Amino acid sequence: MVALLPSTGVKPQVSPQKRSRTGYFLLLPGMTWLAIFFAIPFVTLFLTSLQAPVAGKSGQYVPAFQVSNYPDALIEYWPQFLKSFIYAGIATALALLIAYPLAYFIAFKAGRWRALMLVLVIAPSFASFLLRTYAWKTILADEGFITSFFNALHLLPDDRILNTSIAVIAGLTYNFLPFMILPLYAALEKVDPRLIEASNDLYASAFTTFRKVTWPLSLPGVVAGTLLTFIPATGDYINAELLGSTQDRMIGNVIQTNFIEFRDYPTASALSFVLMAVILVLVFTYIRRAGTEDLV
Amino acid sequence: MSESSGRNIEDLHLKSLTKKFGEVAAVDDLTLTIPAGSFFALLGASGCGKTTTLRMVAGLEDPTSGNIVIGDKDITHLRAFQRPVNTVFQSYALFPHLDIFENVAFGLRRRKVKDVDQKVNAMLELVELGPMARRKPSQLSGGQQQRVAVARALINEPDVLLLDEPLGALDLKLRRQMQIELKRIQVEVGTTFVHVTHDQEEAMTMADTVAVMNAGRIEQMGHPADIYELPQTVFVANFLGQSNLFAGSRTGQSGEVIMVDSHGMKFSVLSSRNSARSDEIIVGIRPEKIVVRDLVDRDNVPSGHNILEGRVTDVSYTGVSTQYVVETSWGQDVTVFEQNVIVGDRCEVGDQVILHWSPEHTFGLAGGETLLHKTAQVLAAGV
Ligand SMILES: Nc1ncnc2c1ncn2[C@@H]1O[C@H](COP(=O)(O)OP(=O)(O)OP(=O)(O)O)[C@@H](O)[C@H]1O
Ligand SMILES: [Mg+2]
Repeated sequence: MVALLPSTGVKPQVSPQKRSRTGYFLLLPGMTWLAIFFAIPFVTLFLTSLQAPVAGKSGQYVPAFQVSNYPDALIEYWPQFLKSFIYAGIATALALLIAYPLAYFIAFKAGRWRALMLVLVIAPSFASFLLRTYAWKTILADEGFITSFFNALHLLPDDRILNTSIAVIAGLTYNFLPFMILPLYAALEKVDPRLIEASNDLYASAFTTFRKVTWPLSLPGVVAGTLLTFIPATGDYINAELLGSTQDRMIGNVIQTNFIEFRDYPTASALSFVLMAVILVLVFTYIRRAGTEDLV
Repeated sequence: MSESSGRNIEDLHLKSLTKKFGEVAAVDDLTLTIPAGSFFALLGASGCGKTTTLRMVAGLEDPTSGNIVIGDKDITHLRAFQRPVNTVFQSYALFPHLDIFENVAFGLRRRKVKDVDQKVNAMLELVELGPMARRKPSQLSGGQQQRVAVARALINEPDVLLLDEPLGALDLKLRRQMQIELKRIQVEVGTTFVHVTHDQEEAMTMADTVAVMNAGRIEQMGHPADIYELPQTVFVANFLGQSNLFAGSRTGQSGEVIMVDSHGMKFSVLSSRNSARSDEIIVGIRPEKIVVRDLVDRDNVPSGHNILEGRVTDVSYTGVSTQYVVETSWGQDVTVFEQNVIVGDRCEVGDQVILHWSPEHTFGLAGGETLLHKTAQVLAAGV
């Protein structure tokens, strides 16, 4: 996320003495938190991913260095991996399409309704994630009006929405939408309206002004929003669990089943690690590409 | 830019231009012709409607009524991006995500003009920013950013260039430098410049025509020296430089000379320099036109000069001149600037002095005592 910070160009001059102590003390609470809740589980997880099963006793493992856990897990579950990234990618794209006009409206046109609209964006988060997804089960139910409507138009390949990939993607899009809207709003709200006037003054129509001024200036928000949507959506399992069929299982569901049902801890841990690594690589490539040319 | 000087530039006409925000008229029935190729300064106190006027010409604000015409083409209803007009914004409004070159090229690229590279480089040369082409706006100083803003607007060879207090954010020294720079550029490219400012000195040094604006209307317009020497309203007399004003009434006229009685004093005003229609006349004189003498020199006052007696209440020495405040018998303060030509012969606080000045420098304005007070209040609040 470092690339998302506005680059100031000029670095403040701090005297060496001043910089020395205070900064580290301020870091202390955060570092402690990270050590306890991230670093230790991280190491444990890594060690677990290399454990070997105890012969004849299911669910029991001994410390080992069984690297083959990784290829084994990948060979078995690569379709779910792929599916996760595809679902998350589509959901992120949809969320961007929905969120951008909305954030644009709130930032530039909402006037005194701005605060209210922002509250409305966040309001659903007051209900639990699980509950909201359950609600979508009802909304997309086979007898529900949405399904009936699309069926009347003969638009649904399986004559239903619930328990299809459409439902999973819709759920992901809905659940992570606020994480797309808020960074977009923050970026758009910072765009100086005088720049838009200057662009109009310099022979750019409204559309060209959007393409050449507003959009480039909102890119930090686009990058932040897509990351905040894509990353959690990839690892999510609740939407696939509640809204999808067994064919729509994402990698999160696989990890969960391996941990809870099969008690295959090494495989589940290995999958978690691969997921983390792939996301990291994707995110870095993305930020570097976005960062080189377009980010201010 | 030599090819541009042969361009056919046309006059800008504002016809009964009015802009109301709710009930308040920010610009009130403004009719004005700005000659092609002139450096035109719109001068006025804060909130008098200067920015609103420019924004209407630029197309960023819709007039409530009235028309904007360039040559014989009515542009009132054209969108901002369709007008042959460009603006230098007070805040510069440079695009932070583009480098200097692309900022300057922005208008050309939108209009799909050819030879962008060559034109931009020539323009950057003109504003002396060639080496900065690949920097971002945030990496430039205020004065450099200001020149980029001028270059970005000017490169489009607009019929009219609008400048909204473009030097407001600069310090005094840089401002003087940029005034000369802007004037040089204007002479070089020959475009009509409409320059908004509330700095009267800036308006007078740069412009060939100055319009003084007050409460949404033009009070007076003309060559800076003409307005200064012969203001036609109390507002102009006070806003453009300083004036000493005495409310009085006409008592008679002999030939070209009108006699005005004010607080028991008799002043002569040339009828050609009097803009009052009624018998109520405000007599005005610029501080530097007044001569201060000891009372004993009374007999040396040239005949026909206006005379006033008073007591010196303040003397401030400013180097090139000495500034006196002299209190009249009815308690009005009169300001006098005396050039420090003679060393050592200065009046002191408490001295009884005689002030005199020529009717050639005296002007007559419409209005009475109440107008004087009201204008003083407006000016004190507005500037
Ligand atoms: N968008 C607006 N809505 C309501 N009133 C406005 C608006 N813009 C300007 N005004 C009012 O119109 C009047 C003229 O404003 P304008 O900005 O033209 O003044 P100005 O002469 O440019 O002043 P300054 O020297 O301070 O920039 C002011 O009284 C201002 O309050
Ligand atoms: Mg203004």
